Amino acid sequence: MILTNLILVLVVLTNLKLLGSSRIGSSIRVVAAQGVVLGCLPVLAHMHDLSVRFTVLAIGTVAIKGIVFPWFLFRAVREADVAREVEPYVGYVTSLLSGVVILAVSFWMCQRLPMPESLASSWLAPIAIFSIFAGLFLIVSRKRALNQVLGFLVLENGVYTFGVGLAPQSSLLVEAGVLLDVFVAVFVMGITIFHINREFDHINTDQLNTLKD
Amino acid sequence: MNAASFIPLLLALVLAPLLLGIINRTKALFAGRCGQPFLQTYFDLWKLLHKSAVYSRTTTWLFRAGPMLGLAAILMAVTLVPLGNYPALIAFPADFFLFACLLGLMRFFTVLAALDTGSSFEGMGASREVFFSALAEPALLVALATLARQTGSLSLSTILSQVSGGHWLQAGPVMALVLTALMVVLLAENSRIPVDDPNTHLELTMIHEVMVLDHGGPDFAFILYGAALKLWVLSALVVGMIAPDTGTLWLNLVISVGGMFLVAVIVGVVESTMARLRLLIVPQLLVGAGALAAMAFLLGLNK
Repeated sequence: MILTNLILVLVVLTNLKLLGSSRIGSSIRVVAAQGVVLGCLPVLAHMHDLSVRFTVLAIGTVAIKGIVFPWFLFRAVREADVAREVEPYVGYVTSLLSGVVILAVSFWMCQRLPMPESLASSWLAPIAIFSIFAGLFLIVSRKRALNQVLGFLVLENGVYTFGVGLAPQSSLLVEAGVLLDVFVAVFVMGITIFHINREFDHINTDQLNTLKD
Repeated sequence: MNAASFIPLLLALVLAPLLLGIINRTKALFAGRCGQPFLQTYFDLWKLLHKSAVYSRTTTWLFRAGPMLGLAAILMAVTLVPLGNYPALIAFPADFFLFACLLGLMRFFTVLAALDTGSSFEGMGASREVFFSALAEPALLVALATLARQTGSLSLSTILSQVSGGHWLQAGPVMALVLTALMVVLLAENSRIPVDDPNTHLELTMIHEVMVLDHGGPDFAFILYGAALKLWVLSALVVGMIAPDTGTLWLNLVISVGGMFLVAVIVGVVESTMARLRLLIVPQLLVGAGALAAMAFLLGLNK
């Protein structure tokens, strides 16, 4: 219980750090750390009835989110020669404050929603929803494609957190399927970033709409 | 109000300048110097009090009143802060709002006096001081509100005496977040290093020091003593959160005073190992502290 809560607090802290930081390298590392921490969550949340599927899920998550994604994203950074984002649509301090507001809204929403009794911690559902909204916020508020990929990963981490809390009810197949989807998505996005960059010499997505006929 | 309530006040009045000495000694140790004596701030105060003040002809009565009113405000704040398990001299529900107001009042008079000189440098320092403290104040208030919520009491004296190991075990993350936010506020409010460098003599980067450039003699002694007291009260909040309750009053008091010196050492270590942040980054740090405090509040609200 205490360890689960600690992990959830770390998830919120990493999300706030992502909202308030402009360095791409450190953002990728923070997302990787979040993935690793979340990988440990299924093991800790179901410590008393630990089974093979939770262990497999944990190892798979840590491997993909902690090792494969960072390696892939750092490669994209190197190849596309990404500099740090100087002017996002929403400034970093404003993003941080929005993050706090989103957290408050998530807690408020979860008090209204009917929640299953079996959740590992009372913070789990609100923080999962916070991660989803924070990821969405990152996607809409940043200009560079790479930051948007990171937002997408945060969003997925939120879905994953929620899934882990409900793991006894959901099947391992669903989790594995989601993980595979994300893997393919990041793979495709990595290639897209490379191609956008080769075509236009930058990865600012806000200029893509000048392409319309 | 009883006789024992005078103990935190007396200790603050006597020991506050010592904290500055400890910080300087820690920094000297890191730099490999011998450093000034622990009691240097007392010598400085004594020397300044025996000088006479010099006033520029462009200044008005505001400039003369500033240091005195600032010291009066912080003295009032000292009477609100408990130490160990001894309650403060004055304690009533929601007195932490008055505490924050008094810190604000002290800053207000310092800023007015700085603006009264008409110096552009002091105006710049005043602008920065007000900007940064406007960001630090919400963090302080939300952090104190979280503590009030956790302990279920509304007065600084009862909040700080009720915070115990039980709260740390039950809601460790919440307490750790509040403690971090309070530490950042302590560093920012006292113009210590990641926010402001107390040793710098380059006016363009100074914040607090630049505002008091024109004060001299007893006026400057008041400002120096006020700054020491401010460091003492904010450290007392931090120590009140972490000091364990041993059950014996005098032992608690000894531990708390030791904790105050430890906080001073930590400030010294931070000053020795960190660089001052760029002015543009400071708001991010302070908003970050506010975000941590707000997060602690939300987490504590949904136990």
